This record gives sequence, C-alpha cells and structure tokens, in this order.
Amino acid sequence: MDRPIRVLVAKPGLDGHDRGAKVVARALRDAGMEVIYTGLRQTPDQIVNAAIQEDVDCVAISILSGAHNTLLPKVVKLLAEQDASDILVVGGGVIPDEDIPFLKENGIAEIFTPGTPTSVTIEFIKANVNR
Amino acid sequence: MNIEAKLLEGNKRAVARLITLVENKDEAAFELLKKLHNKTGNAYVVGITGPPGAGKSTLTDKLVKRLLDEGKKVGVIAVDPTSPFTGGAILGDRVRMTGLSTHPNVFIRSMGARGSLGGISEGTSAAIKVLDIYGADYIFVETVGVGQSEIDIVKNCDTTVMVMVPGLGDDIQAIKAGIMEIGDVFAINKADRDGAKKTAREINAMLDYSSKDWRPPVKMTIAMNNDGIEELFEGISEHRNYMASTGLFETRRINNTKNEIVELVKHRVLEHLFDNAYNEQLINSLSVNIVKRETDPYTACDEIMHNIKKN
Repeated sequence: MDRPIRVLVAKPGLDGHDRGAKVVARALRDAGMEVIYTGLRQTPDQIVNAAIQEDVDCVAISILSGAHNTLLPKVVKLLAEQDASDILVVGGGVIPDEDIPFLKENGIAEIFTPGTPTSVTIEFIKANVNR
Repeated sequence: MNIEAKLLEGNKRAVARLITLVENKDEAAFELLKKLHNKTGNAYVVGITGPPGAGKSTLTDKLVKRLLDEGKKVGVIAVDPTSPFTGGAILGDRVRMTGLSTHPNVFIRSMGARGSLGGISEGTSAAIKVLDIYGADYIFVETVGVGQSEIDIVKNCDTTVMVMVPGLGDDIQAIKAGIMEIGDVFAINKADRDGAKKTAREINAMLDYSSKDWRPPVKMTIAMNNDGIEELFEGISEHRNYMASTGLFETRRINNTKNEIVELVKHRVLEHLFDNAYNEQLINSLSVNIVKRETDPYTACDEIMHNIKKN
C-alpha cells in the first residue's frame, strides 16, 4: 500500500531547545513523510500515548538534556507494554559516543549525533520502518 | 490484531490502526465500516474552523477538557496542510493539546489534508465514523487554517464553530460569501487584543441581516486563559438543542449524507476514468502539443471525452 511514513518527533524531558527537532521534522516533511510534532517537555508516557493514537511508524526523539539513558529506554519499555514494539525508535541530540551501545541494547535502533546529515536520518527511517 | 473486537472494546491501538487504513483507502477497512455502520451516529460532531493562528487547537483543547471533566468520552481529529510538492506534512496541532494525550477518555488524531482543498481530508469522514464506533460522545474536527472558501467541514459536522480573531480585515470581509456563512457559533478568540469588540460588532451586524431562523451567537474567548470557554460551550449546546427541537438535526444529517455519497461516487468515478480513459502520459503529450499551438485545450478535452464514452 502506497502511503506516507508517519513519524512522531518528540522532545522528552526538561531541555527547551527544539531547533534540532524542528530541522529534522522539516527534513522528514520534505522527504514526503507525515511528521507529528508534539512540542517541548513531554513525558515518556505522553510520547507513547501520542505514538499509539497517531499510529506512527517511527518515534524520533530529540534530547539535549543529558537524561537520554533514562528517558529513551523508558519510551521503548512503555511502547512494549502497549504491544507496540513494532514502532521504530531512533534518537538524536547531544549524546556521548560511550552511551550509544547502552541505548542500542535498550531498543533504540539508531542514534544521530550533531553533524549527521538529515539525509542519513531519512534513509535510515525509510530502510527500517516496519510496513 | 483483531481490529473489530479490539475496536469494540475501545482499544486505542485498534482505533488508530483503523483510521490509518481508511485514510489509505484500504478495502478491508471499508468492509469493516460497512459492517459496523449501525454503531455510528451517536457522537455529536463539532467542527472548529477559522484562519491560521486563530487559536483553533487551543480552543479545542479547552472544550475537550471541559467535556472530560463532565465524564464524557471525546475524539479529536486535527487536520493540517500537506505539501503539494512532496506529499509530506508537519502536523502540529497536538502541541496545543499536550495535557490531553494521556487521558483515558480522549483520542486525538492528526491528519494531513493530502491534496484536499476544502479544509479537511478525504479520509476525515471515515475517521469520524471510527471515533463514533470507539464510543466518543463528542467528536471535534479541527480544519486546516482556512481562508475564504474552504467549507467542507460544514458537510461533516452537526455544529460548526467559526473562530475569528481581531485585526484580520474590515467589515467587508465579514459580509463576503463563503466561509463566513458556515458558522453556527462564532468565537472571537484572543479577545483581550485591540479591536476585539469592533470585530464582534462587525460580525454581529452581518449576522443581524441573515434571514435564517438560527441566529449564530458570537462569543468572546481567550483560549490561553480558559476565558469564555463555558459561554462558547453553551453556544454549541444551544445550537444543538435548537437543531433537535426543530427537526433540523435530522435534515442536516441527511444532507451531509447525500453529500458524502456524491463525493464517494465522484472519487470512484474519477479513479475509474483515470485507470481507463486517460493517463499521465496522454495528458503530458497533449499539454506539450497545446503549448506548441499544435492543438488546443478544448480539442484535447473532446479527445479525452471520446475515450471516456468508448469505455
């Protein structure tokens, strides 16, 4: 079935910087995706509820606060509880290299750190969503 | 996932999946809607329309909260524009409704307009039915930010709320045909801004000339501060009661249904024609020849009509 990929771009936690999230949202839009943006300071619970109601193929989480090791796995865990582990979860933001293996072990498919061309993110999402 | 069983249990994942399927014109999904059609018709559908940035999402958020406090179950469909170039979209209405997303009795869905120019998408009326089956008492349908003539919302709802803001133009705008004619209730949002009273006066003056029996009320609101929400809801309820007591409710639903059937047939016919009578390639070569002045649009149209009749 030919349909647009739907992506939830989410900002969990307490940092108020969403320039990166908006740039990514815009890039995904230009790649023909339907991007649902939910705004700043979301809890993992809010993100997962929105992802379920919007029936997205992917949740893209932008985080700059340093709380990624707590918040990103929480999103993956809550999705699993809702029987929604088929939704692809990716992360981006200021995330140190040494934290990336831990995040991948905990169900985050890929982490995009500063400097990643948006085309890389787009290609990754296109190649990895379950459709 | 057995969508039917889960949907009837009120499972949100099933609701979400079925909306995706109808939005993408999946035939099996329409079979399910056929089967469950007698479970629809219970929700009261409120359209929220108005220009971009008028506060439609924020007002919707506040109206929904009010109904949730009363113990009601509520569905929201929020439509935002789709890019005509890439088919992509930024759906940002949830930003104004973040407090609602975890509430068990509300379901919010964002939809891209996907090429429809009437302010909602082709899938919206089917999505309304899905939320109706889900058991919503009220369904709010928020249109894309509209200009002057995007009026499809009125054919899909029971009460249309027209959200205006001060400073968009003079009273000539208020008497123009189109969007200003479809409001059953008017909200002047951002009513703390300069010119709000003047805007209300101009709209009231316009409405006073109307010969219809229902005189739409004009309510002042400041959605951000939760001001005027109760009054706006009263306006919606008054319209609902008026419709019920005069039989207009039934009439409106029949008219909306008529329109829905015509639209469905139109889409089906167009698809059929596109498959059989003409295609992208033919249109392309005709267009090139027309620009070269080797033929003209009217002859091209005759040629296509000839193909259609042959089929």
